[in-house]
Amino acid sequence: MRRFVVGFGRFWYDFVVGDDWTIALGVVIAIALTRVLVHHHHVNAWYLLPVAVGVGLSASVLRAARR
Amino acid sequence: MRSGLLVLAAFLASAVEMVEALTIVLAVGVTRGWRSTLIGVGTATAVLAVVIAALGPALSRLPIDTLRVAIGGLLLVFGLQWLRKAILRAGGAKARHDEEEIFAEELAEARRAGTSERAGLDWYSFTVAFKGVFLEGLEVAFIVVTLGSSQHKVGLAALGALAALVVVGLVGLKVHAPLSRVPENTMKFAVGVMLTSFGTFWAGEGTGVHWPGSDAALLGLVAGVLTLSLVLVAAVDARAKSSEPVA
Repeated sequence: MRRFVVGFGRFWYDFVVGDDWTIALGVVIAIALTRVLVHHHHVNAWYLLPVAVGVGLSASVLRAARR
Repeated sequence: MRSGLLVLAAFLASAVEMVEALTIVLAVGVTRGWRSTLIGVGTATAVLAVVIAALGPALSRLPIDTLRVAIGGLLLVFGLQWLRKAILRAGGAKARHDEEEIFAEELAEARRAGTSERAGLDWYSFTVAFKGVFLEGLEVAFIVVTLGSSQHKVGLAALGALAALVVVGLVGLKVHAPLSRVPENTMKFAVGVMLTSFGTFWAGEGTGVHWPGSDAALLGLVAGVLTLSLVLVAAVDARAKSSEPVA
């Protein structure tokens, strides 16, 4: 049973997060930051997520290509 | 516009996963017979139907903003890692997905495996077919549920997946061979661009931002993500070529 749960968890981690966990971390930080800016500072920070996506994707791809 | 893109994204993503499942099923069926293989396919499909039936309605009861930020975020992480792999493949830094090679490996594996027939079933065929269809199907279910529930349109996303099932199934029946001529790597690239754009859009809406141009911003995101991805493919390609040894 334990093996099944671990295997099932690993499958979903590999499927959703994949090879580079820093992308997932970057997305979580960008979403949290956007939410804080919108709800606590009343700033319509629509640009934050696209910028984070661009920077995160570029950094991850170029890092992998250098290996 | 949003609905059209949603159906297209669900169709392409599901088709890619179904081509992969078809390769496994064909390899086992051709080598070891169809009865146990098809029972494995049927059982996996039934289990998947139960999972989707339980998950879909549960998600649609959540408030739309909570759903969008959670599902949008999940879709964004998933789309980015999918796109990252597609860019590395297109730029030559990662091996391309080759259905013919996978088919040959599955065939050899199925031939090597001994017979273990119990209760009238070849358990090797059943297990491999079940696992292939269930795991690839779970990925389809994830895509359909996340894409659909962010707009409370699971039915529409399911329609895209169903269309993919019909198309891939019919083509598979006709050619009876792995669908190696399907431009799988290009499709994965397109799906990565779409999932990343949808994820950014919904996660943004979930956090409460107002996109400039409202729905039209989604098209802007698709264009932006596509442009950046093509630039990155060129950069990876140039890097791969510059590190090749000179003859």
